[in-house]
Amino acid sequence: MTEPVLSVRNLRVEFASRRGTLRAIDDVSFDIAKGEVLGVVGESGAGKSVTGLAVIGLIDPPGRIAGGEIHLAGLRIDDLPPEEMRRIRGKRIGMIFQDPLTSLNPLYRVGDQIIETIRTHLNLSETAARRRAIDLLAEVGIPAPEKRIDGYPHEFSGGMRQRVVIALAICAEPELIIADEPTTALDVSVQAQIISLIKRLGRDHGTAVMLVTHDMGVIAETSDRVAVMYAGRVAEIGPVQDVVKNPLHPYAKGLMGAIPTLAGDDKRLMQIPGSMPRLSAIPRGCSFNPRCAFAFDRCRVDRPEPLPRGAQSVACHLYDDVPAESAA
Amino acid sequence: MLAFTLRRAVQAVGVMFAVGIIAFSMFRFAGDPVNQIVSIDTPAAEREAVRKSLGLDDPVPVQFVRYFGDAAQFKFGVSYQFRQPVSALLMERMPATLELAICATVFAMVFGILMGVYSALKRDTVLAKLFQAVSLIGISLPTFLIGILLIYLFAVTLGWLPSFGRGEVVKLGWWSTGLLTLSGLKALIMPSITLGLFQMTLIMRLVRAEMLEVLRTDYIRFARARGLTTRAIHFGHALKNTLIPVITVAGLQFGSVIAFSIITETVFQWPGMGLLFVQAVQNVDIPIMAAYLLMVSLIFVTINLVVDILYTVVDPRLRATVGRAT
Repeated sequence: MTEPVLSVRNLRVEFASRRGTLRAIDDVSFDIAKGEVLGVVGESGAGKSVTGLAVIGLIDPPGRIAGGEIHLAGLRIDDLPPEEMRRIRGKRIGMIFQDPLTSLNPLYRVGDQIIETIRTHLNLSETAARRRAIDLLAEVGIPAPEKRIDGYPHEFSGGMRQRVVIALAICAEPELIIADEPTTALDVSVQAQIISLIKRLGRDHGTAVMLVTHDMGVIAETSDRVAVMYAGRVAEIGPVQDVVKNPLHPYAKGLMGAIPTLAGDDKRLMQIPGSMPRLSAIPRGCSFNPRCAFAFDRCRVDRPEPLPRGAQSVACHLYDDVPAESAA
Repeated sequence: MLAFTLRRAVQAVGVMFAVGIIAFSMFRFAGDPVNQIVSIDTPAAEREAVRKSLGLDDPVPVQFVRYFGDAAQFKFGVSYQFRQPVSALLMERMPATLELAICATVFAMVFGILMGVYSALKRDTVLAKLFQAVSLIGISLPTFLIGILLIYLFAVTLGWLPSFGRGEVVKLGWWSTGLLTLSGLKALIMPSITLGLFQMTLIMRLVRAEMLEVLRTDYIRFARARGLTTRAIHFGHALKNTLIPVITVAGLQFGSVIAFSIITETVFQWPGMGLLFVQAVQNVDIPIMAAYLLMVSLIFVTINLVVDILYTVVDPRLRATVGRAT
């Protein structure tokens, strides 16, 4: 098997606060292969965005990576000096943020922002960079790019701005794109366009994509694999069809049950009672146990470790005694 | 853009008209001008002659129109104490005040922005905290006290700088400048610092606060995610966004620098318009006071106009809304 583009091993991110250290990410591991789209889902505060920021090295104090390793195509990047990490950001890892309205500097023409980024990472002349910027804008589907390149961000609509943001993220042909809720701030009609754009770019360039979202529909449509996060841990990870059709973790079951279908059956949508624990009050044992309908004694004492079950991997004591082979 | 500028210009004229009314009414409130011109034992007939020659027997509106018309041509009458046209006196004094005000503003801008940026970027260093402490002093100490302390230290104790006056000046046409001689430059240092210190601390605190605010924005985070150099992020992306409010404040402050120069000019016996005004107040020289009022308002209004236009130059979003609104 070829080396994954991104490999995260036992990642732990902590935030120092007045009331002690909060663990936002706890023992998270996953891989993304070349050309693969990994969806990362979970409720707000589950640690999805922090995972993305940790990978690109933008965790700001008081937060810090407290343990684990992050490898980008074999190169360990979580302990690089800041200057070397900066060279990787934008060049080898591109990032797309949630709100396209605030992601662009309002005082600079979009072209200047793209050209600036291109010239930071690639050794190109001003004119060559400008030509590349026009090509990029065309590639992300902005009409009349040679004219729009001299526009200011406020002259673009939300969807168009997100396209510019995507152009900025891919301008140095990164191996990995981290898309942090790229469609949340957009109209539903525009969401689909942006999602298919990200998917197409990933396919055309063989780019690995880490797609962070809380929208299961987006994940089902785009991702090859999906990681379900809960309270800073990966509850379940596996191929998207398996996880959507046959979720193993009770939390994943709850999430999938909460997706409305167009089939028109009158079943009530499932809901998971309660809410995710605060980082300062994560329960002992499995962090999901207070909300879990299947919780038993062991769940309240031991923390479940991720165990492979077929193509999936699940961190739940329900699957402890079943041998991995006989599953699925 | 043109329509916007024109509209602001019309508003400016309106403001000047209102100030003109106030300046004009100063003559009425300060008693009978004739009494201030003639001596106590002047016969009544002679007083009437003076009154007539000055046009003071005309109806008030006529007088006002005449005053305003003259003022628009920079004719402000004759000073009671100097027996010279006020406009000539002002013109003679203006270069001194403007040079002082410009030097003070440049000083305030350069040091204010540098210190502000530094204390925002290196928030936790000793120097940044020192700047904060010093700025508190600058903002709370009264101007005259700073001036006197500077004089005591650098003029009296150390003897490095002159304690008063402009030094040698060079005439360039009607403009007299102290920038071309060593003594003129030396004489400029302390008054500029005294006058500019308050603005400097103001700008410094403003730049610091704005910069910290801007550094938290999404586009700065995105700029970092794009791998731009720290330099490009701080001095390209962040500083430009920081400077928008700074331009406004610094611009508007330029007006108050000129107005506040009254105190600094008095402390340093600086031969500018402010000193002239203080002397005029002491001698109830109404024409000078009224003219000074008009001049300072004109400067204020002009600066406001320039700042508004500058704003649209820096911020493209404003350009668009202005264009749409007109």
